[in-house]
Amino acid sequence: MVAQLTSGERQLSLVVLFLLGLAGLAMGVAGRGDPIGVHGLMVLVIAAGLAFVVMASFYAPEPSPERLDHYYDDPSKVGIVLTMIWAVIGMFLGVWVASLLAWPDLTFDAGWASFGRLRPAHTSAVIFGFGGNALIATSFHVLQRTSRARLPDQFSPWFVLIGYNIFCVIAAAGYFMGVTQSKEYAEPEWYADIWLVIVWVVYFAIYLRTLARRKEPHIYVANWYYMAFILVVAILHIVNNLAVPISLGSAKSYSLFSGVQDAMTQWWYGHNAVAFFLTAGFLGMMYYYLPKRAGRPIFSYRLSIISFWGITFLYMWAGSHHLHYTALPQWVQTLGMTFSVVLLVPSWASAGNALATLNGAWHKVRDDATLRFMMVAAVFYGLTTFEGSFMAIRPVNSLSHYTDWTVGHVHAGALGWVAMITFGSIYSIVPWLWKRERMYSARLVEVHFWLALAGTIIYVFAMWNSGIIQGLMWRTYNESGTLTYSFIESLVAMHPYYIARAFGGLLFLTGAVVGSYNVWMTIRSASASLAKPTEDMPEARLSPEPAE
Amino acid sequence: MALEKRDPVTGRMTTGHEWNGIEELETPIPRVVIFFLVVTILFSIGYWIFMPAWPLGWTYTKGLLGIDQRTTVEQQVEQAKAERAVWMDQIEQMDFATIQADSALMGVVQEAGATLFGDNCAVCHGTRGTGGKGFPDLAAKAWLWGGDPEAIAETIRVGINSPHEETRTSQMLAFGRDGMLDRTQIDDVLAYVQSIGTASEQAQPTPEAAARGSEIFAENCASCHGEDAKGMHDLGAPDLTDASWIYGGDLQTLHTTVYSGRQGHMPAWEGRLSAADRKILTLYVLALPQEKQ
Amino acid sequence: MAEFFHRKLERNAIGFVVAIVAVASIGGLVEIAPLFTIDETVEDAPDMRVYTPLELAGRNIYIREGCYACHSQMIRTLRDEVERYGPYSLAVESKYDHPMLWGSKRTGPDIARLGDKYSDAWHVAHLINPRDVVPESVMPKYGWLARNALRTDDLGLHLKAMSRVGVPYTQEMIDNATNDAFGQASPDSSFAGGVTERYGEATHVRAFDGDAARLTEMDALVAYLQILGKLTDAAQPKTASAEE
Ligand code: HEC
Ligand code: HEC
Ligand code: HEC
Ligand code: HEM
Ligand code: HEM
Ligand SMILES: [Ca+2]
Ligand SMILES: [Ca+2]
Ligand SMILES: [Cu+2]
Repeated sequence: MVAQLTSGERQLSLVVLFLLGLAGLAMGVAGRGDPIGVHGLMVLVIAAGLAFVVMASFYAPEPSPERLDHYYDDPSKVGIVLTMIWAVIGMFLGVWVASLLAWPDLTFDAGWASFGRLRPAHTSAVIFGFGGNALIATSFHVLQRTSRARLPDQFSPWFVLIGYNIFCVIAAAGYFMGVTQSKEYAEPEWYADIWLVIVWVVYFAIYLRTLARRKEPHIYVANWYYMAFILVVAILHIVNNLAVPISLGSAKSYSLFSGVQDAMTQWWYGHNAVAFFLTAGFLGMMYYYLPKRAGRPIFSYRLSIISFWGITFLYMWAGSHHLHYTALPQWVQTLGMTFSVVLLVPSWASAGNALATLNGAWHKVRDDATLRFMMVAAVFYGLTTFEGSFMAIRPVNSLSHYTDWTVGHVHAGALGWVAMITFGSIYSIVPWLWKRERMYSARLVEVHFWLALAGTIIYVFAMWNSGIIQGLMWRTYNESGTLTYSFIESLVAMHPYYIARAFGGLLFLTGAVVGSYNVWMTIRSASASLAKPTEDMPEARLSPEPAE
Repeated sequence: MALEKRDPVTGRMTTGHEWNGIEELETPIPRVVIFFLVVTILFSIGYWIFMPAWPLGWTYTKGLLGIDQRTTVEQQVEQAKAERAVWMDQIEQMDFATIQADSALMGVVQEAGATLFGDNCAVCHGTRGTGGKGFPDLAAKAWLWGGDPEAIAETIRVGINSPHEETRTSQMLAFGRDGMLDRTQIDDVLAYVQSIGTASEQAQPTPEAAARGSEIFAENCASCHGEDAKGMHDLGAPDLTDASWIYGGDLQTLHTTVYSGRQGHMPAWEGRLSAADRKILTLYVLALPQEKQ
Repeated sequence: MAEFFHRKLERNAIGFVVAIVAVASIGGLVEIAPLFTIDETVEDAPDMRVYTPLELAGRNIYIREGCYACHSQMIRTLRDEVERYGPYSLAVESKYDHPMLWGSKRTGPDIARLGDKYSDAWHVAHLINPRDVVPESVMPKYGWLARNALRTDDLGLHLKAMSRVGVPYTQEMIDNATNDAFGQASPDSSFAGGVTERYGEATHVRAFDGDAARLTEMDALVAYLQILGKLTDAAQPKTASAEE
């Protein structure tokens, strides 16, 4: 793949890797005896390894200029493979974490393997590793096709993809060593945060530069969502991670905000990480692969506009629903609750837009498990947002907050929506990218679909049950007006549900493993590859329509 | 440039744009979407009028209902307290014996006590009060400070070796570590302890050792545990002849106890639990069913 | 009309970006900025004290081990929570918490008012193996805390960074951070006196892990757990003493 880079790009890569290695070395030296030193050495090794790869093809002949007539998909291909790897890692960690709550001694007597360190490793591996790679890989793919323009250069997409994965690896390794800021979904420490900002700026630049060179006059809806994802995540990330490190040679930092302001900032971030990472980005994915696979036009352009701006505006107000009845002033809770309720309308509008797009293609949904993945994803998206808006109502939240109900809601969204839309998109994109006629095995896609659906349903139902039982036990009163159950009694009542959840998770993980095998075999399969004309750049050179 | 066409399935026009084969229909926004948008926004506006909602720089709108979550919960707690007063007043005012004789009140004690015990005491004394290593079995009724309700209520109020100013204090001295007894003397006194009670006999104590130990006991231990080793309630020193052990009756543990001493810590609950709650707990503890060994 | 405008916006990448940023910024600004300007957001608590270096180190272990993933430190304004866990939490109680640890999941109980509830020995036994003392527990074992020596050489830097973000540590506290950490867990040492001098008479000075000779991570974590809810009395009902 390095051979595809121009010699200028190869040189640039080496310079950047050199700088990265230098930064790693500096961290390693400054942070002796501190986890940041270990991170530094990891960065150094990664940079050296990549430099080695670049060097190996450094003197390969220049790529032919004809490459410019085709889209640049190598980073997407690697991104898809990374997505599947992170999926298996993250979901394995999920099953492990779930098992620990059912059988707490199912682990090693070592810090790295304890629940509190594995849990953020799970959430980061699935959200950032699996979700993030899927978003980056598909966004490059969608961006080029809906702009009818090639990525602006061949270096920066690699920088984004690899840089982002370095961030994920640093994050995960950090949790195992106990490096965390404790802010949910923003756990990585200050230096990882700074690195992500750099990566993100380049990512954004790719978007703008490609759009600037687009040959379609209008920017397609999918790109609205991808752009909102990139921009808003940048804003959230920078504000919520403001912190003062104790020294440049230490991983530890203290966040700028404290107490109630910190809580609000964190959940403004946390909720919108859900909104713009797990929702907006994946809506972008859905808006391309679902109509494409169904072969149907989007049901309503106007509905797309309403839901996009509704989601972009309203979500940002809703974060305080994570802090109902707390020491956060009640006025903020009111705003969080009411905006969450209004938010349901654009959310259902986008779910409805997706499902109505399938009108005229329901026979395909029946026969094609790939499309069915996407259909079910849209259904779960609707279900999760309904549940979310419901849980955002104060009295409901007084029951659900702190319980497994929240975890059930999370995984209805995470498994039912995020993972399903991703798998559907991956099963669409893999044959296109690798120029195969179809996936290696349609049967295995079918198997994966049912494993995923069964796993999700078992997981979510187990958590609804346990969450509601837990919430009710905490607040049940005797006739005499005293609490009926002690905390420990509620804990004992959770046990069967924790076992059920671990089982549901295991099914889901098995599905992901089956899917990875299928993807791998498709890539490897020697079947006659075919070049679909639509996948090249139609009229790229012929009709240079000005893009305004 | 834009080429609208009619979609054969729905009969609607497309917007005329196309991205890599994807088109969009000119479907108007469904009425139901507008309807629910209006409904939810009206609901929100209504809610904002009645509840605290919008920031105004240095203050915020308080809402017409004047509701504040803190006042609300304080009122609820007060009201609940008032409702509980039906029986709570009786518990507060009646003496222990009268309550114990009143089966209705004891029913309430069971209900309320179980949760109070579960949330505050069970981590040490176990969910059924049977204790664990280092934490006495309350169901065994082998009381350190005596079994009358007042003594137990006092222990719960001030704790044992706790930071409370009036705490009960008790200490088992570190005879070995502090050099009061040497190794053989400890072995002997433990032989004696094993011979008088239920301590599990791993190393069969010889009668001679036990006899020597008996003297050592009289000189060193009897001042606290009593001549007959049946403990002393004034000092919180346990009975060494009964079947119940705080730390354990096996030789190894006994040795650690006598060598290094012990000073168990029972927290004080005054300040955390109300007087009435502590009274309920006292009665609850006294009524704990004895577990079969 | 609106649609016409949107069709134009869709053709202009920069305009679209600006629109997204503008539309998305409003919510956060309206909800977060006033929390710094409205005075009543954080109550007054003249008796509020700061964490000692040992407690701060313990807090960092609490963060490192991810205890916040299972334990909340935020008692909500709900009757059952107040009756189970004690007075509802006030904003001021976490004023010096960078970051806050309110939590979002109660796999274990809330521990906002845990300080002084149990004994040090219980905490040590519980952390080494929760199932030794609570057979029903699903909490992980933390045996290594008792084995690991506490890192204290950089505690001055920790206090310094905390003071940078607004916690009122004095220069004296910063300079003595390492000694104070040692002294707090070693009551008979010559460093013990300085701790109460700087942080108040009410500060716990004890061999938290039962061994005054070694300063372990267990010492730090237990010291932290024992002051939860004790930094200020602001939340305690004024009538508490009258009621007794
Ligand atoms: C931190 C652990 C701990 C907790 C929590 C605890 N206890 Fe105790 N308790 C002890 C220990 C240790 C002793 C024995 C002290 C000794 O060794 O002298 C004790 C002793 C007692 C005694 C005296 C027994 C006797 O024989 O005289 C009573 C009664 C008692 N506890 C009741 C309670 C009640 C009621 C609660 C809850 C409100 C409670 N305890 C909570 C540790 C605890
Ligand atoms: C100063 C008073 C005192 C003296 C003297 C004393 N004890 Fe104790 N002993 C105690 C107290 C108080 C306890 C309970 C400690 C606790 O619960 O933490 C105790 C506990 C014990 C226990 C543990 C009982 C159990 O249930 O696990 C044993 C065994 C024991 N003592 C034996 C002895 C022997 C043998 C001697 C003499 C060599 C002795 N004691 C001298 C006060 C004393
Ligand atoms: C897997 C979830 C989990 C993690 C992680 C966890 N705990 Fe717990 N914790 C529990 C559960 C469940 C209980 C209730 C049962 C018990 O007392 O062990 C509990 C109880 C406690 C209690 C007793 C609280 C009370 O009022 O009874 C303390 C103190 C505590 N944990 C501290 C910690 C600390 C400190 C850490 C991190 C080093 C931690 N926990 C990590 C689940 C967890
Ligand atoms: C094999 C499938 C999975 C299993 C078994 C699993 C299991 C778990 C478990 C046990 C927890 C901890 C819950 C608790 O603390 O009580 C958790 C948390 C979480 N998981 Fe998963 N998970 C899986 C897949 C996923 C996926 C695919 C995603 C995201 C795309 C995800 C996102 C999350 C998030 C965000 C949390 C934190 C929830 C919260 O803080 O409320 N999980 N998961
Ligand atoms: C209309 C849309 C939504 C609303 C209003 C909403 C609302 C909520 C509410 C009220 C909570 C519980 C907060 C608490 O009590 O602690 C929550 C938690 C959560 N939701 Fe949603 N939700 C929505 C959609 C989604 C979607 C699509 C996902 C996708 C995965 C998602 C992921 C999460 C996660 C990860 C949490 C857990 C946060 C944590 O405590 O760690 N939500 N949401
Ligand atoms: Ca961070
Ligand atoms: Ca120590
Ligand atoms: Cu939310």
